[in-house]
Amino acid sequence: MNRKQKEAAIRAVFFSFALISILILGLIVVSLFREGLPIFKQVSVKDFLFGMEWYPTYDPPSFGIWPLIVGSVIVTVLATIIAIPVGILTAVYIAEVAPGLVKDVFKSIIELLAGLPSVVLGFFGMVVVAPWLQDTFDLPTGLNIINASMILALMAVPTIASISEDALYAVPREYKEASYALGATTHETILRVVIPSALSGISTAVILGMSRAIGETMVVLMVAGGAAAIPESLFDSVRPMPASIAAEMGEAPFRSAHYQALFATGIVLFFITLAFNLVADYISNKFKEVGSGTL
Amino acid sequence: MTTSSLRYRYVKQHVFFGLVRLSAFVLALALCGILAYIVVHGIGALSWEFITQPPRDAMTKGGIMPAIVGTFYLTVGAILVGLPLGIVSAVYLTEYAKQGPVIRIIRIGINCLAGVPSVVFGLFGLGLFVVSLKFGSSILAGSLTLGFLILPTIIGASEEALKSVPQTFREASLALGVSKWQTIWRIVLPSALPGILTGSILGLGRAAGETAPIMFTAAAFFTAKLPSSIFDEVMALPYHIYVLATAGTHIEETRPLQYGTVLVLILLVLGIDLVAILIRAAIRRRKKW
Amino acid sequence: MNIRKAAALAIVCCLVAAAPVLAAENIVIKGSTTVLPIAQRALETYMKAHPGVQISLSGGGSGEGIKAIVDKTADIGNSSREIKKEEIALAAKKGVQPVAHVVAFDALVPVVHPSNPVQGLTVEQLSLIYQGKITNWKEVGGKDMRIVAISRDSSSGTFESWDHFVMKKAKVSPRAQMLASNGAVYTAVSKNRYSIGYLGMGYVKKGVKALAVAGVQATPETALSRQYPMSRELYMYTNGEPAGETAKFIAFIKSPTGQKIVAGEGFVPIQGAAPAGKGKKK
Repeated sequence: MNRKQKEAAIRAVFFSFALISILILGLIVVSLFREGLPIFKQVSVKDFLFGMEWYPTYDPPSFGIWPLIVGSVIVTVLATIIAIPVGILTAVYIAEVAPGLVKDVFKSIIELLAGLPSVVLGFFGMVVVAPWLQDTFDLPTGLNIINASMILALMAVPTIASISEDALYAVPREYKEASYALGATTHETILRVVIPSALSGISTAVILGMSRAIGETMVVLMVAGGAAAIPESLFDSVRPMPASIAAEMGEAPFRSAHYQALFATGIVLFFITLAFNLVADYISNKFKEVGSGTL
Repeated sequence: MTTSSLRYRYVKQHVFFGLVRLSAFVLALALCGILAYIVVHGIGALSWEFITQPPRDAMTKGGIMPAIVGTFYLTVGAILVGLPLGIVSAVYLTEYAKQGPVIRIIRIGINCLAGVPSVVFGLFGLGLFVVSLKFGSSILAGSLTLGFLILPTIIGASEEALKSVPQTFREASLALGVSKWQTIWRIVLPSALPGILTGSILGLGRAAGETAPIMFTAAAFFTAKLPSSIFDEVMALPYHIYVLATAGTHIEETRPLQYGTVLVLILLVLGIDLVAILIRAAIRRRKKW
Repeated sequence: MNIRKAAALAIVCCLVAAAPVLAAENIVIKGSTTVLPIAQRALETYMKAHPGVQISLSGGGSGEGIKAIVDKTADIGNSSREIKKEEIALAAKKGVQPVAHVVAFDALVPVVHPSNPVQGLTVEQLSLIYQGKITNWKEVGGKDMRIVAISRDSSSGTFESWDHFVMKKAKVSPRAQMLASNGAVYTAVSKNRYSIGYLGMGYVKKGVKALAVAGVQATPETALSRQYPMSRELYMYTNGEPAGETAKFIAFIKSPTGQKIVAGEGFVPIQGAAPAGKGKKK
């Protein structure tokens, strides 16, 4: 085989490897749909998504996942509300305010926090935070929305902080220099020039952080409490979708209605996170080529 | 501009910087607080016996050696799956690919794969490896699932490493008449190796700490012996923590061992990450280009 | 080159690890968390005597145990409830014939926090509490404080037993806490003075207070005589009659040594009531 053929062959092989990611993504979708779609012969899509009762093992079973969706949404929203200020301000600190050595230390702290396994944080939330919450506020249980949201925020902050930090770095120096030249102080420059320029990157960071929070399994499994009902207060337990899947998958007989319902829940979860990621991807691409404004 | 208005602006700056510093330190405090708490409660359980002995007495005594071994097998398996796939994909994306819609789709695919929740990976692994391919709950199924989970991480790090190899290297090599593949194999890849290594180590750390993907594909509560084939179930550190804390038979009595297991897992993962960070820092200092 | 050497080493390690099992037999056990402590202790004792056998044990709930038998993913399925008709039908479709082996007796015990003054409840009261219709302890003779009902999730055989004896198909309020295991219920009730939960007998220890049901306390004697209204058998299911190591393991549990383990874990041996003084531990 001459050189040219060899090169072409290698290129073709490598191309097929590069397609692997798409292939896996496709396989995931196919698996989910193959095992999950049959449930919709028993339950209409509307009843599944908006039904208020999740009693999959009763006789007759009811497969409404609305309380699960609400549970997911609430903990994610609350976690994001906590995580956005902490994440962005920390990113500002690292990118603009911190002196050299401190900056490196904090970057490592963020990375280490990002590397903490979720089961460790779930354990901490369950064994330490929950009893503390229960005793301090005299609650029926410490495994609730507040607990789960705080821990999820801890998981989302590193994502938000590191991507925002990259975005802040990417702001051209000329913008900042121009602002200083006009007499603005450092904080005014940050607030009125740097952050607005980095806004697309920061939004990407926030969206990816939310995506992480909504998909997180171990933390909500161990900490959110498990009650499949629409919560009435922030101190109530909820059962977000990933927790339900993880908790019930073991016992659903293969290809039973329950099994299919869980896969269908997986479909919903998958598409929600997919939507988040596509939006983030779109934003980061659309506003990518920000010119430096100079010749 | 009056001096009082200037002073006002500087006051605002101090407030803002104070907030910024506060948020960063709250974060650092949270991390250190959690680590300190776990170290304090877990250090008592650590001992040579803890790491080398299997659990005894309904897991209230003894050690977690099978879980460490299981995590080791699963992580090595994940790397064996993810590293080749990831490096080759990254090589294609940086060296061979032409800009265009196909590449866009592949990149979107990688980003989306990175965002798939770990429990969905678990479902996928269950549906494909455990059931359809009939591997059963096994090291094989778990490693494949974990390998796919860390694939985006490895691709991302490898790409970055490959991109940082100066173009002049490639040009010089091609100018000497070396073929493209030879250039990649002998020049580009070796130069990018440290960066690729960093990425794989980070992926390793992630694979070691994941629970949901192995819950239905590989993990067991208790195995009598160490695994003897890749079709065996294994104990694993993250799963061990989860079951001891939620579904164990003597939850209160095993609490000290739970803390110890958490500590071991943290030390393992943070240790792995620290190694990666140090390697990366060493590369950055060594690099003369 | 270093990469090559490392790669070769990795491949060799992989092959060594992948060498298929030849001699050692494999028993996979899954299922009920009620049976788990018995299986766990029995496993520890058994493997000392039979070092060649690889046994792996998991919890997950009775539903998971039975499913594992039906799906042929386990050799033994632990269950704290009888197999359901639908499960038998599903098994038949897959060519599986589940066989039940009774390994112990158990009683389902409602428990509360030790500080709770209530001594006992009727089945009716228990049902209304879990349906969410009785919400304050003073309605059943306790202090004026709300009731937090702690239940098990749907895979649990203990939950099924509770449903069979108490709820009788009435729906548990979705506001009840759903926990994953007997162990978790014990931990939760022992820490929560508002709470009520239910446990298999072997899990009732110092940290919680057992309630009498219809005036009868759960003891090995009342469980065996069925005087206590919520007594049940604990099962290990196999696909067809067990053979080989699986058969030996089940025989071991049914043997006097095995039954001593059952009693030691706080359950009731099948041979007869445990001698006075044994039974509840710690």
